[in-house]
Amino acid sequence: MNAIVKVENVGMAFETKKGSFVALKDVNLQIRTGEVVSLIGHSGCGKSTLLNLIAGLTLPTSGVMLCNGREIAGPGPERAVVFQNHSLLPWLNCFENVYLAVERVFSAKEGKEALRARTHAALEMVHMGHAAQKLPHEISGGMKQRIGIARAFAMEPKILLMDEPFGALDALTRAALQDELIGVMAKTGATVVMVTHDVDEAVLLSDRVVMMTNGPAATIGEILDVKLAKPRDRLQLAHDPHFAECRAAILEFLYQKQMKKAA
Amino acid sequence: MTTATLTSGLMAVRPEADATPVKETDMAATSAATPALVSTPDNSVSFGEHFSNFIRAVLPPLIGFALVIGLWALVAMKSADFPSPAKTLDAAVVLFSDPFYQNGPNDQGIGWNILSSLKRVAIGFGFAALVGIPMGFIIGRFAFMNSMLEPIISILRPVSPLAWLPIGLMVFKAADPASTWTIFICSIWPMILNTAQGVQRVPQDYLNVARVLNLSEFRIITKILFPSVLPYMLTGIRLSIGTAWLVIVAAEMLTGGVGIGFWVWDEWNNLKVEHILIAIFVIGIVGLLLEYLLLLIARRFSYGTN
Repeated sequence: MNAIVKVENVGMAFETKKGSFVALKDVNLQIRTGEVVSLIGHSGCGKSTLLNLIAGLTLPTSGVMLCNGREIAGPGPERAVVFQNHSLLPWLNCFENVYLAVERVFSAKEGKEALRARTHAALEMVHMGHAAQKLPHEISGGMKQRIGIARAFAMEPKILLMDEPFGALDALTRAALQDELIGVMAKTGATVVMVTHDVDEAVLLSDRVVMMTNGPAATIGEILDVKLAKPRDRLQLAHDPHFAECRAAILEFLYQKQMKKAA
Repeated sequence: MTTATLTSGLMAVRPEADATPVKETDMAATSAATPALVSTPDNSVSFGEHFSNFIRAVLPPLIGFALVIGLWALVAMKSADFPSPAKTLDAAVVLFSDPFYQNGPNDQGIGWNILSSLKRVAIGFGFAALVGIPMGFIIGRFAFMNSMLEPIISILRPVSPLAWLPIGLMVFKAADPASTWTIFICSIWPMILNTAQGVQRVPQDYLNVARVLNLSEFRIITKILFPSVLPYMLTGIRLSIGTAWLVIVAAEMLTGGVGIGFWVWDEWNNLKVEHILIAIFVIGIVGLLLEYLLLLIARRFSYGTN
């Protein structure tokens, strides 16, 4: 098994004024090349913390994190991140936002023309070529997230990390972007880890759904294999019995086994 | 002395303005934008509607001015020393018909006086920007420097810049650089503090982008830090130029030479009260123009961050 990311006995504690707060404890996870993994759980279960650990934005307080056999010591362009709030730089237009990432990754080997071609290709891939010269505040939230996705894919990362990428979008825009993402993932064969709180989204997009227990000291509760053929179509899946089974399994985990106490 | 209390009173207002620089800019920008909206030609709106919009925009300020001038005329009727609006207007017409005459160092046109005040402000202000903005970056970026310099700045900032005037006179041994020096002192605090605040408030999201992309320090400064801090910096500059224009009048009253502040004092000695009233208007209008100019620049560089 060729695991690109290995998470072994990882724990994460934050120092707070009231003493140390254990967010994650004994997390073990392997992510294989080319697979799409969703992290799902109630809010506060540390799924974003786990994603940030893989990204290298925070470092674990115990355990080992490996990417490609090397310890994760910090963030890097081989682990691209799509942030929930798109995080486009407002003073750069869409082209420049993507170009900044492309330039960083490929400028050592490629000339300006090739870099520009890569940027345009990435924008076309998410159907945003027409907005290349627009500033982020001139386009809609869904379009901003498309640019964020284009920026991440343009870096040709070994693994793509998405932190609730569609969480801030309305339901229709979210569905459109999920379909978009299905297409892009099929084309690129990317390895993806995605944090979500949307059960349908998790089943629709992933090969495996990692369900996390409630915090504090959250860990992985169950892992569900989604054995649905790809590429997937949301209309056909609506009547697919395995899709319904997967959904039911996740819902059962979230609302029976890990019922959140009334907050 | 009245001038000194006036200045320090205004300085005390400033920290509140410092606390919410961006919001303040936005509010000022929208209020400044309203009259522009009215004058935009739009075919779907009838002439009558245009006219009523115009009246609504122009009428209240006109009433305000009319009230002030009426009150002024009333006071002038009751008091022998106070010149009437008509007399002041006559004096202004004479004054502005030849703003750039020169009869020796102590008798120059009002244009020269304004220009030499502006020149002092520009020089003091320029030096303050050269020193204050890099210092703001350093304080904002390094917590150690922040804790080291913050108490010093906190003590020095509430001091009226005029208190620094004797030091300037002692060091430079001349009136002109000494008043420039007070401008430097009063301009530098808002620039340091706003720049530092801007650096501290660079959104973590943008810094995370920089970390994920593993950008070089140079790229971080040019593509993320500088554009992100720029609006704060411009707010600092705008606040500075406001105080600088307040302080220059007071400083020039004390040091003499050519300048609008000195001119006010000179006309007081000549007992030409109408000229003092004219000077008050002129100082106000120039201050307003400076502020508006910087607001325009600030708006050019404010990105719809959301």
